[in-house]
Amino acid sequence: MADNFYLDNPDLRFRVEKADLGFVVGLKERGYSYAATLENAPSARNASRFAPRDFADAQDNWRLVLEILGEICASVIAPRAAEADEEGASYENGVVTYAKATQAAIEAFRKSEILGCMLPWEYGGLNLPETVYQAMIEMVSRAEGGLMTIFGLQEIASTINEFADEATKASYLPRFSRGEVFGAMVLTEPDAGSDLGSVQCRASLDEATGKWRVNGVKRFITNGNADIHLVLARSEEGSKDARGLSMFLVERDETVRIRRIENKLGIHSSPTCEIQYTDSPAILVGKRRFGLMRCAMALMNGARLAVAAQAVGIAEASFREALRYAGERSQFGKSIVSLPAVSRMLVSMKGEIEAARALIFETSVWVDTLKACEQKQEELEKAGAPSDPVLIARKKQASNLADILTPLSKYYATEMGNRVCYKGMQVHGGVGYMREFNAERHYRDVRITNIYEGTSQLQVVAAMGKMLGRGLDVLLDAWMAASVPEELAALKIRLVATTGLFQKCCDALHGAERDAVEYFGADLMDMAAAVFNTWLLVRDACVVGEARKIEMALAYAAEQLPKAEGSAAAILLLDMSAISAKDRILA
Amino acid sequence: MPYKSVVLVKQVPDTKNISGDVMTPEGTINRTALPTVFNPEDLNALEMALQVRDREGGEVIVLTMGPPAAADILRDSLFRGADRVILLSDRRFAGADTLATSYALACAIRTLERSFGPVDLVFAGRQAIDGDTAQVGPQTAEKLGIPQITYAEAIVKLEGPSIVVQRALDHGTELVKCSLPCLLTVVGSANEPRPASVRRRIEYKLAATKLEYKGLLAKWPAFGGEEALDAYLVERGLGIAVWSAADIGAEEEKLGLAGSPTQVYKVNFVVLESADSREIQPTPEGIASLVQELVREYIVG
Repeated sequence: MADNFYLDNPDLRFRVEKADLGFVVGLKERGYSYAATLENAPSARNASRFAPRDFADAQDNWRLVLEILGEICASVIAPRAAEADEEGASYENGVVTYAKATQAAIEAFRKSEILGCMLPWEYGGLNLPETVYQAMIEMVSRAEGGLMTIFGLQEIASTINEFADEATKASYLPRFSRGEVFGAMVLTEPDAGSDLGSVQCRASLDEATGKWRVNGVKRFITNGNADIHLVLARSEEGSKDARGLSMFLVERDETVRIRRIENKLGIHSSPTCEIQYTDSPAILVGKRRFGLMRCAMALMNGARLAVAAQAVGIAEASFREALRYAGERSQFGKSIVSLPAVSRMLVSMKGEIEAARALIFETSVWVDTLKACEQKQEELEKAGAPSDPVLIARKKQASNLADILTPLSKYYATEMGNRVCYKGMQVHGGVGYMREFNAERHYRDVRITNIYEGTSQLQVVAAMGKMLGRGLDVLLDAWMAASVPEELAALKIRLVATTGLFQKCCDALHGAERDAVEYFGADLMDMAAAVFNTWLLVRDACVVGEARKIEMALAYAAEQLPKAEGSAAAILLLDMSAISAKDRILA
Repeated sequence: MPYKSVVLVKQVPDTKNISGDVMTPEGTINRTALPTVFNPEDLNALEMALQVRDREGGEVIVLTMGPPAAADILRDSLFRGADRVILLSDRRFAGADTLATSYALACAIRTLERSFGPVDLVFAGRQAIDGDTAQVGPQTAEKLGIPQITYAEAIVKLEGPSIVVQRALDHGTELVKCSLPCLLTVVGSANEPRPASVRRRIEYKLAATKLEYKGLLAKWPAFGGEEALDAYLVERGLGIAVWSAADIGAEEEKLGLAGSPTQVYKVNFVVLESADSREIQPTPEGIASLVQELVREYIVG
């Protein structure tokens, strides 16, 4: 059988096949009667042939999509990943050129018609859930870490779909579906990085024509040479904060100048651009003044989950290289994989990868649930039907969980990715430090994941509010109440105790000073991930009852729960001496 | 201008993944012992036909002769962009050599011309990886009475009823001009076959011959029965036509084993075994002796 990044990954397949999306897909497909509602849409003919008949049909379609992408990843992209890294994207006279391997990868995406597949049927998409998209992102990232930033910016199309008016959607989205255009998310400026509220780029409305124009400079724009930009700009003259910002669609033309690209540690195939807009024609996307709070936040939440999946993909590649090398490399008269010091690293890597994947899929299902509920509610409103209280309650729950789990996924998966790629190089020993092996490329590529789309430190801030409000209890309580197989009984007792400790820590920080919350927030995130992920792995073991799943849960718990207890000790002690002495220590 | 193309394809044993018991004592291939694939150069032929259609318009019809399971490569053709596919399947075709095969294919092409109009171009892979004869394409052209261009690597020009083709030869290339209709056999260096399209993969996933309905119903019980499934598929144009010997008006004595003068006389079993490894000393003498041995054994030089 030909190499295939989907078929060769049983854990990824398990996640996709078991994803609890029956409710979501039922809503997204309008009770499986989507085709009938589309008579006048441009692609209605196709939709009536594509749209799934039932949930099993939808699942079968996901499998087909993922198998095709898995084959492209294994046969077209991965074999040229080192070349893409070595050549990198280049810049000359305002023109950005992708590495030849990257161009070949993009061509393969286009030919396989896999782009825009999350868009709704009427715009030529396949109406796929976010959860399936995460699996796609992971495979592409495993093949070539930097390529994800080009493939993954389909989020731009999703954001246009969510916020733009009907005319804008109809004119731009089919071009994304046909693979004619790619997108870029244009938020950061030289003086507005983590603090996006201070964006300076100006958008001005010509009252006579009703047209917007954007002026200003943006920096660190991933894949900024893309055709369609979503630009965060100050639309309200004289405003100083986030409430004066709106989101604009700018199609690249001669008014949009790429001034330079960055010379980076990793993801060399992905051009990071500095862009100057001079009176660039722009279309308002979403409501005025809601550019950051609604649009950019929605865009970033999607992108954060995608970056989490990117980190898992790079980690998966690193793990596989390390495992293969450890099996081939012989020292002390035996294969080094049999040395406990080496196998410990490998088992830890594997456990963390599977845990992060479980967390991302759990999060994606809640994000999908939220979006599906929003869509349904909108349909009810349009039809003038009374609102459905059950739907509203479910939406509220999904929204709360997505708010905590998205930053938790980003935080855990990207920090995990760095740990895994660090160990991946370590397993190789000296040769891992050399360019001839892929370990150092993974190590460089993964390093950006816990920085861009909000640093890990920002993810802590994003998750903290609702986490301290015990927002995860709704899931934790249900899991604690469920029964487990005998082999996991002892683990469950321990896990219930650690969960109690986590809840106690939430309460302790809830009443603490703001400085203390921010200082110990990372400890609480580590703890939340360890507890939550162990529950997810226990749940897997309960669902399938496979010996391997049980062993995975036990191995992960053995490594992570003691660390969680250590985090708890630090939080409960609340020793603030470092904060109070920091000025003298750093002097 | 639009051109109507027919592509001849074959499902072949996957010779890259050979296991034991592949050859029967009679010297034919035990097909059930091997996984099957789309004959690689037939994919190049399909790609060339699709490129003509994408550029000039027209239609690509894919034709294969084989057992019911050969519908797999017809579906694959639909996933890659074929407009219409036809399976020639009948017990009477079984055991055909290249003469009987090309006779059946030529009959089928004439039949489809009667249904769908005159064919401008016939494409075939240069040769199949199982028989390696490279005869079926040329023989089909002879039987149709049209010119053939073998070893086609590129269509240099296609204008009205005239084509210029670059042929890949051992020591270079050759340009051949020819009038249509004609038959091309295509080499592997001609192009990079496109991957299956995700959207077409979903659109055509249920495409099936009637011989496959039972299997489909086992996977998709919600259809209820063959009649409902048939109605669903026909409405969407997903039925794959199966033509029998009678459908193509073939003379029975020219088909299958009866119509095949080729008999396999003898099969030699060649077992390639690697000898034990040998260590060469990293000295000038060691290297020199290795080089001499390689030259003596005609491995290099």
